Amino acid sequence: MQKHVLVIEDEPNIIEAISFILSRDGWSVRTHSNGVTAVETVLARKPDVVILDVMLPGKSGYDILRELRDLPETRDLPILMLTARGQTKDRELAERAGVSHFMTKPFSNAEVIEAVRALVAPVSDPP
Amino acid sequence: MARDTLTGSRIRERRIIAGLRQADLARSADISASYLNLIEHNRRRIGGKLLLDIAAILDVEPSLLTEGAGATLIAALREAASDPRGKAAELDRVDEFAGRFPGWAALLAESRRRIATLERTVETLTDRMTHDPHLAASLHEMLSTVTAIRSAASILAEPGEIEPEWQHRFHRNIYEDSARLADTSRSLVNYLEAADDATSAASVPQEEVDAILEAEGHHIAVLETGAASPDEVARRLAAGSSGPARELLARALGRYAEDAALLPLAVLTEAVAQNGPDPAALMRRLGLDAALIMRRLASLPLTVLGDPVGLVICDASGTLIYRKPLADFAMPRFGAGCPIWPLYQALSRPMMLLGRHVTQPGPAQRVFATFAVAQPVGGGGLNREPLFQAHMLIVPQAGAEAVDPLPVGTTCRICSRTACEARREPSILGGT
Repeated sequence: MQKHVLVIEDEPNIIEAISFILSRDGWSVRTHSNGVTAVETVLARKPDVVILDVMLPGKSGYDILRELRDLPETRDLPILMLTARGQTKDRELAERAGVSHFMTKPFSNAEVIEAVRALVAPVSDPP
Repeated sequence: MARDTLTGSRIRERRIIAGLRQADLARSADISASYLNLIEHNRRRIGGKLLLDIAAILDVEPSLLTEGAGATLIAALREAASDPRGKAAELDRVDEFAGRFPGWAALLAESRRRIATLERTVETLTDRMTHDPHLAASLHEMLSTVTAIRSAASILAEPGEIEPEWQHRFHRNIYEDSARLADTSRSLVNYLEAADDATSAASVPQEEVDAILEAEGHHIAVLETGAASPDEVARRLAAGSSGPARELLARALGRYAEDAALLPLAVLTEAVAQNGPDPAALMRRLGLDAALIMRRLASLPLTVLGDPVGLVICDASGTLIYRKPLADFAMPRFGAGCPIWPLYQALSRPMMLLGRHVTQPGPAQRVFATFAVAQPVGGGGLNREPLFQAHMLIVPQAGAEAVDPLPVGTTCRICSRTACEARREPSILGGT
C-alpha cells in the first residue's frame, strides 16, 4: 500500500523538489506551508511520515513538534525535521521535543529518501 | 616612599625565599649580622660592591634588588596566572620572575592580553552569529536557496528520463533560485560591510581609546592651542580603529578641548608650580571644580608635572570609563576596580572632595595620595535625577612614612587581602 508523506515547508522550490523525488520513489506526497495550521493538517491528513521545516511562518517547527508529541494520535508519528541550523544545541532542542530524525540544510535528495524510508521501515523482531 | 629606599626589604624578601638565615647571608657577604639587619630594615643605604655581592649570593640581578619589578607588570602576570591553565605558575615567585626576566615577563603579560582580546573577539562574533536576527535570517535564506538549487540540479543530473514539463520547471527553479542567492549574498555582504570591519565587533572600544590616549601621553598639544578641532584630531588618531572607538575618542577629545578652554595650559602650569598637583589647593586658587582640575592635571606633560599622575573615571555603575595608568598603581583592564578605592566612596558622597593615602599589596608598597570626587554630568532637568561620574587622581608620594595609608587592591581576583569585607570573588593568591 502506498505510504503518505506530508511536507510542511514554506520554500516552494524545496517543496517541489522533495515532492518530485518522493513521488518518483513511490510515495504519496502532500504539502503544507503554514505553521499556524500545521497541527490541524497533520491530524486531518493522517500521514505516515511528516517532513517538518523549523522556520515556518506563524509558528516554529519546534512548537509544532511539541504539540504533536502531546497528542495521543501523533505521539509516535515519524517526523523528519529540516533546519538550516546544525548546531549541537539545535539538534538537542529537536531531540528533547521528540524528533525522529534531524537533517541539516543543504541536504541531498538521496539523504531525504533514505531517511524517509528508514522512518517507516518495520522494526525487525529480535530473533 | 621612593623605590630605592626599599632595597633592604627586597634583600630580606630574597633571602627568605632562598632559605638563608640573616647570619648566613651576612657571613657570606663578609659583613656583620647586625649591619645586614639595619640594611634589611632600610636603615642603611646599600650600593656598590656589597650590593653586587649580595645579589650574587642570592642569585638575582642587582636591579631586582634596587628597582623591583613594576606593580603593573606584576599585576598583569598575576592576572595571567588567574586563568585555570595557570595553576602551575609559581605565584610566590612572580616578582622574582619579573625582575630577573623583564623582557620575557612583559612578553607573557602582552600575550595574555592578546589572548584575552582574541577570546572576546570569538565571543562577540559567536554572539553575533547567534543573536543577530538579520544575519540569522540571511543565512537561513541562503541555505534554503542552496538546498533548493542542489535538489533541483541533482534531479536534472540523475540518470533517467524526466518529462519535459518537469525539466522545464526545475530549470526555471534553478534560474530563479540562483538569482535569489546572488541577491541574498550581495545584501549580506553589504550588511556586513556596513556593520564596519571585524574590529568593531571584536574589540572593546574603550580599550582602543585607552591605547590611543596612552600612546599620546594623554596630552594633545593641538587641542591646548586650538590649532585643530577634536573631530580632526579624533580622525587622525583613530585611523584604523573601530567606529565605536572613534566615537568614544571624539567624545573624550571634545571634553579635553572644553577643559583646555576653561583652564588653559599656561594658567595651570603656573598654578601647579605654586601648589603642586593638589586638586584641593588648585580648586581654591582657580575657583574651578575638582573633576575638571583632575582631568587637566592628568593631561599635563611631564615637562610641567615632573612626576606622572594617574587618573581613573567611573560612571555611576562603577565601570571604569577612563584610565591613565601609573607605574606601581595597578588598574584592572576590564570591569570595575577595587571597591575600597576612594573613587567609589566618592559616588556615595557627591560633590565632596575626598583625600586619602592608599597603598597596594606588593613588594614596593608604594604610597599614593588619592583625590576623589563625584560630580553630575549632563544637563539635568526638572524631576530628573542627576547622573554622576567619579574621578580619582592618583599622585605618587615620596617620604610618606608618616601617613597611615588605606590598603587597597587592584581587583579582587588578583588581590591577596583575603579577609577584605569588600571581596566579591575569591583570589588566586595566598592571603595576607
